[in-house]
Formats: sequence, structure tokens, C-alpha cells
Amino acid sequence: MNYWPLLGIALVVIGFALKFNPMLVVTVAAIVTGLLGGMDFVEVISTFGKAFNDNRIIAIVWIVLPVIGLLERHGLQQRAATLIRSLKNASTGKLLILYLLYRQVTAAIGLHSTAGHPQTVRPLVAPMALAAAERQHGKLDEATEEKVKAYSAATDNVGLFFGEDIFFAIGSIVLIQQTLATYGYNLAPLELALWAIPSAIAAFVIHGTRLVLFDRRLAK
Amino acid sequence: MITLHWLYALAGAMFAVVALLSALDKANGKRLGNAAFWGLMALSLLGGDMIGNFGNGLLVLGLAGLAGFGFIGRSHPPTTSVEEREAWSGKLGNKLFLPALIIPVTALIGTLAYNYTPVGSLGWIEPKRETYVFLALGVLLALATIFMWLRPPALAPAQEGRRLLDAIGWAAVLPQMLAALGVLFAAAGVGEIIGTVTRSVIPEGSVFLTILVFAVGMALFTIIMGNAFAAFPVMAAAIGVPLLIQGYGGDPAVVGAVGMLAGFCGTLMTPMAANFNIVPAALLELKDQYGVIRAQVGTALPLLLVNVLILYLAAFR
Repeated sequence: MNYWPLLGIALVVIGFALKFNPMLVVTVAAIVTGLLGGMDFVEVISTFGKAFNDNRIIAIVWIVLPVIGLLERHGLQQRAATLIRSLKNASTGKLLILYLLYRQVTAAIGLHSTAGHPQTVRPLVAPMALAAAERQHGKLDEATEEKVKAYSAATDNVGLFFGEDIFFAIGSIVLIQQTLATYGYNLAPLELALWAIPSAIAAFVIHGTRLVLFDRRLAK
Repeated sequence: MITLHWLYALAGAMFAVVALLSALDKANGKRLGNAAFWGLMALSLLGGDMIGNFGNGLLVLGLAGLAGFGFIGRSHPPTTSVEEREAWSGKLGNKLFLPALIIPVTALIGTLAYNYTPVGSLGWIEPKRETYVFLALGVLLALATIFMWLRPPALAPAQEGRRLLDAIGWAAVLPQMLAALGVLFAAAGVGEIIGTVTRSVIPEGSVFLTILVFAVGMALFTIIMGNAFAAFPVMAAAIGVPLLIQGYGGDPAVVGAVGMLAGFCGTLMTPMAANFNIVPAALLELKDQYGVIRAQVGTALPLLLVNVLILYLAAFR
């Protein structure tokens, strides 16, 4: 058997690890894989071009951007901030659990851009979590302060990653659909989004439990 | 019948307008690069079927070159100031979330109605693509609602869309590139090779071990590359499709969806995903640049295990 096409995978791994521009890494890996798989250069470029053309549906998800942009123009992010600020009387753990829920639910309906590290975590969630921790615990030592901030950022990531795939019009869902279509499995996007729900619930339970435990340690 | 080509035309028109506005944006030093990049996307969506496979290949090389050699940059289209936005937010309240909700609600209700009422049997829409058609309908309805309600300038949707698209940059095209890479992998027989090797390592018939290798492999590749999107075509070609789906008859929807989420568990544990894990540590002025990752490992590992179990229980019902 000809094992050389595996070099294409190695190129992707090395290219991403060395932080070359991913668009270039993918292009080079595709060309090398095709050449090693026995195609000539024109054939490789044609196959790559045809594959890109066959996968244009992935670009369709961006038609939501004008809507999101218009809402941002009218204060969508400021509104999200107000909503998060209204949680200010909760304890650290409770605040972060509510933020986790907010992040998962809004990501699941396609509003992942209303929150994020620069938009909400740094200006709102982290300061509010710190203030709540001081109410619970008194003055915080440096290690605890670090931990509260780190948990704030972590909560944002967990909420985003395990909420966004429930929204079917997102790059990852269409990528899964198109990759499997290559092998003849034609799935509907809602089927894939549906199977993101069990993991989303598990993420909420696992991370939520850790936040409850964190809260108890703070209250001591 | 409404086909995907209607949607390509809609998205293509959007990219064409963005390209045109980019070209006219004198404030952006890289305006021509941006115009060329989004213009190529418009060409692909509007005329991809007319330029031939080799033509499409050259188009992709153009996109990769423009992105890879730094010819595109962020723009600052006209928009409202922070103060104006605060005022709008105070005035409009939580109703601001509603227009955004129109999109998923239209897509969901439309898809369900199309599949579970007689409307679907009329065959108005290309099969399996109805969700995207209703997504586009939802976008148009949301735009119409915003226009009737808030009366923004006519060019505002295009400029605001361009603002967000330029902020995302080439990353907006990467998933499509990775899907195309997956096709190359399949054509070159990468899946067969790894499938054969894996089969010789994992005991024949051990579904659970194969799932474990698939899910942990997704997480590991994501940790190395920092990107679950890049790991997915690789692991699908290697194990997901040849072993789990074709070999053991697993449900492709579960294998695909949960496999990707296993990769996301890896994203929580890698400094390679700098935007999520390293940049926030800096933003929050953490002493330990890996502080965010340390706070996430305790969630990511049990969650990876849960994803393995979901794969085992749901894909092989």
C-alpha cells in the first residue's frame, strides 16, 4: 500500500502548529496529498477547485451577518451587557452558572457574537464575579483572584463551544454535513444540530457542578 | 423549484456588494486586497459553475494567496458610536433580541412544516436543503422587520455586514477550504490507509475501542492544530467513515456531530487555540498565561468521556 498521502495530514498538523497562515497550510496540504495520491498537477488543482465549488453551501451561513451587524448598530451588545449586569446580586458561582446558560442559549439561536472575552468577560463578567467573591469571602488573595478571573473566561468558552452547534447555520455543522456528503451520506443540518444537544446538556451539568463546588470553597 | 443556486445567488450578491464597498473604502490601506478577496468569493458563488474545475482551482489559489500573504485587512465602515448604541439599547430594551430570533424560528418552523405537513409533497424546494432555504427566508424577514422598525440608511446592512465580515477575514472561508481538503484526502485514499492501519491495531469488532480512538483522536488532533474544524476531515476520513459508519453501521449524524464536539473538548485544553485560551488570559491580566486552560481541563476531560458514551449509546442504538 502507498502510505505517502499521509504526508498531507502531517503537513496540516505541522503547518498549524508552526502558525503558518491556515489558508496556505490547507492549500499546500491539499496539493501535496493529491500529488502523492498519484494525480498530476492540473488534476489536483481541478479536483481541489471542484471540491471548493461543491462546498459553496458553507459560505451561505454568512448571510446572517448583515442582520447581526444592523442589530449591533442599534445597541445589541450594549443590551446584552445590561442583561448580564442585572445578575449583580448573585454569588460568584451562581453568576457564572447564569452566564453559562446565557452563553449557551444565545449561541444556540445564532447570537454568539453578543458575548465574548472582549465584549462581556473583561468589562462585565470578570469584575462582577470578583465583586461577588469579595462579598462572599472578604478580601481575596492573589491566587483566588486569578482563579475567579480564569473561571470567568472558561465559562464563556464552555458556553460558546457547547451551545453554538445547536444553531444549524454555523460553519462546523455545515462542515460536518459536507464532509460526510463526500462519502455519500446526505444529512439534514437539523439532524446534526439535534445531536449537539446531549453534549450541551452534559457541558452545562459538568461545568455547572464545578462552579457550585468553586462557590462553596469561596464561601469558606 | 427553489434550489441551492438561489441561495448561492443571494450570498454571492452580498459578497459582491461587500467587494464593491471595499474597493471604494479609501480609509482602508488594503482596500484592493479586500475587494479582490470578497470579489473572488462573489465570483465563486455567482459563477462557480461556469468557470470549470480548473478555473475554480485557480480561484481557490487566489483566495489562499491573498489571505496567506497578508493582502487583506480589517476595515472600519461607517457605523454608530458607542454613545448612540447605549441610547438605542436603553430605548429599545430587550426587544432588540427579537429580530435575531426571527432567523432560527423561521428556519425551524419552516423545516418542520415542510417535512411534516402536505406542503412538502409539493416539491417546491430541493430535497434536504429546505433548512437553508428557510434560513435565507428568515434573514430576509429579519432585514425587512429591522427596516420597518428602525429605518436605518439603505446601505447600512451592507456596511454592517462588511464590518463583521472583515473582522472575521479569511477565517470565513477556512471551513470551506477544509471541506475541500477532506475531499482531496478521500480521493487520495487517506481514509483507507489509516482505516487499514487502525483495523490492524484495534481488535476486530471492538466498537467501543474504535469510538475511543476516534473521540480521543479528534481531541488530540485539535490540541495539536488548535482547530477542531481542521481535525474533523482527517478523523472522518481515517476512522469516522471507514470504521464507525461503514464498518460498524454507526449513525452518521451522531458520529459527525458528537465527533466534532469531542474535538471542541480538545479546543478547551490547547494553547494553540489562542483566541479562546491565551488572549483572554492577557485581557484579564492573569499572571499565569495558561490559567484559563487550567480552569477548563476539569470540564473538558469528563465532557470528552461523556461524548464517548453518547457516541457509543446513540450512534449504535
